[in-house]
Amino acid sequence: MINEKQVKHIAKLARIKLTEKEEEKFAKEISSILDYIDKLNEVDTKNISPISQVTGLKNMVRDDSSPKKEKNEKILNQAPDKKDNYFKVPKILD
Amino acid sequence: MDKLTIEKAHKGLIKKEFSAIELAEFYLNKIKKENEKYNDFISITEDLALKQAKSVDDKLSRGEKIGDLEGIPMAIKDNILIDDCITTAGSKILENYGAVYDAAVIKKLRGLGVVFLGKTNLDEFAMGSSTENSAFGVVKNPVDVERVPGGSSGGSAAAVAADHCLGALGSDTGGSIRQPAAFCGVIGFKPSYGAVSRYGLIAMASSLDQIGPIAKNVLDAKLIFNSIKGKDKMDSTTLDINDKEKDYGVLKIGVPKEYFQEGISSEVKNIIEKEIKKFEKMGHEVKEVSLPSTEYALAVYYIIMPAEASANLARFDGIKYGKKGNSGENLIDFYSNVRAAGFGDEVRRRIMLGTYTLSAGYKEAYYKKAQAVRGLIKKELENVFKSVDILLTPTTPSTAFKIGEKEDPLSMYLSDIYTVTVNLAGLPAISVPCGRVDKLPVGLQIIGPQFKDNLVLSIAQSYEQLRNL
Repeated sequence: MINEKQVKHIAKLARIKLTEKEEEKFAKEISSILDYIDKLNEVDTKNISPISQVTGLKNMVRDDSSPKKEKNEKILNQAPDKKDNYFKVPKILD
Repeated sequence: MDKLTIEKAHKGLIKKEFSAIELAEFYLNKIKKENEKYNDFISITEDLALKQAKSVDDKLSRGEKIGDLEGIPMAIKDNILIDDCITTAGSKILENYGAVYDAAVIKKLRGLGVVFLGKTNLDEFAMGSSTENSAFGVVKNPVDVERVPGGSSGGSAAAVAADHCLGALGSDTGGSIRQPAAFCGVIGFKPSYGAVSRYGLIAMASSLDQIGPIAKNVLDAKLIFNSIKGKDKMDSTTLDINDKEKDYGVLKIGVPKEYFQEGISSEVKNIIEKEIKKFEKMGHEVKEVSLPSTEYALAVYYIIMPAEASANLARFDGIKYGKKGNSGENLIDFYSNVRAAGFGDEVRRRIMLGTYTLSAGYKEAYYKKAQAVRGLIKKELENVFKSVDILLTPTTPSTAFKIGEKEDPLSMYLSDIYTVTVNLAGLPAISVPCGRVDKLPVGLQIIGPQFKDNLVLSIAQSYEQLRNL
């Protein structure tokens, strides 16, 4: 179970603004998913090692070189707001 | 030019029954005429398609040989980047995003002379099982327009079923190629994790996502898969599969009993059981097996997938690309406003669920537990494949449901119950049409051991041949 106060908190962590009505709706929906997920507690995993991937590949590395710069302009052109050669962001300090 | 396959179209091009431009125009016109009805395409890349087709015609007029996929019109799911084309991922937050490079699979197909007709509709960021979650409208199932095409690759499956292309690319995180293929009555193949590069696929859950073909028959799916697979230096999780195709002879086939218990429609169950008997008639040995952890797969999936998605979607912050945001009072407000305006409900739900299960105090109970059960599920499958060569199951518990029928998120999630296990274990699996309930298609799922992609395709092809007799 998860209440509206907790939803408000995770929405803040996830950087998504919610209205009060949405907090209520998501609290209900996320709670029912969490209830379903709770069935994992039935499973004994004492001697099982957790896995985060399936291929078994390890330590795949590449050359530490910088990619070509030719795409820079194209990439910057996608930015909603830019100045010269930079992405423009809202101010973070007063 | 109606109802061609890749193989037939290739022959037609060589015999000069039609030109590559005529072929491309045939599909472009059909899409333009019918997209209003099915909404399977978000954008049509006509100029690109005609340019690509022209270069194939030039080659043919010079008397040069062309490859199997050269001049073949295909549709691409709109979460796969084509350089200089708008790529929305079905989301408002990317509605004006122009891709700045080709995905690895696109680079390969482009090099082989494939003609790109356009980008197909999908659930926003591939999150959904019905393609009702797209910011660009609901996709309709060409078999019955009152029903969903499945999802999230619903646009690609509908495009193949409606004969709007000769083949399509989809992506599959928990069933998003196989489930829509089953609902639309076409072939959908999810390769082993790592077989196909994900470079240029807009990521949902990186340890589960895999690109694969949706096609009219198994041979076409095979041609597409063989053209996109292989190790890629831009995706460190890829590797070359060295499983050579051969005559597989008599196979041991496992039928996991857990896939036929509660939740499956009795009509679907009857068809699948009847079709499985045909494998016995083909001379294979069929036996019941048990995969007791199957019942936990969906719960594991709904922890791991949202957790990975919540991290992957953090990049959509309104600064590097996307819509211009409303300036908030501070940076956090800015992000929160942009993301609230840009993401639909299902995406927000999964990001928050993932944020919650990864947050301090809950990570051990949820995320670590899910990783352990994932380990258990993988082990169980490895063990079952010591005694059988392949598994046969239904692809979905029911046929295509009505648009708007599943309002509650959890009931929607349950439509992936037979497909998610494969992603958790990284296995190859295909959905092949195997019959109809009323007029709605049913899919048979063939699951193989990890990296035995050719085995899966080969048995699918022999089953398809038997059905066509």
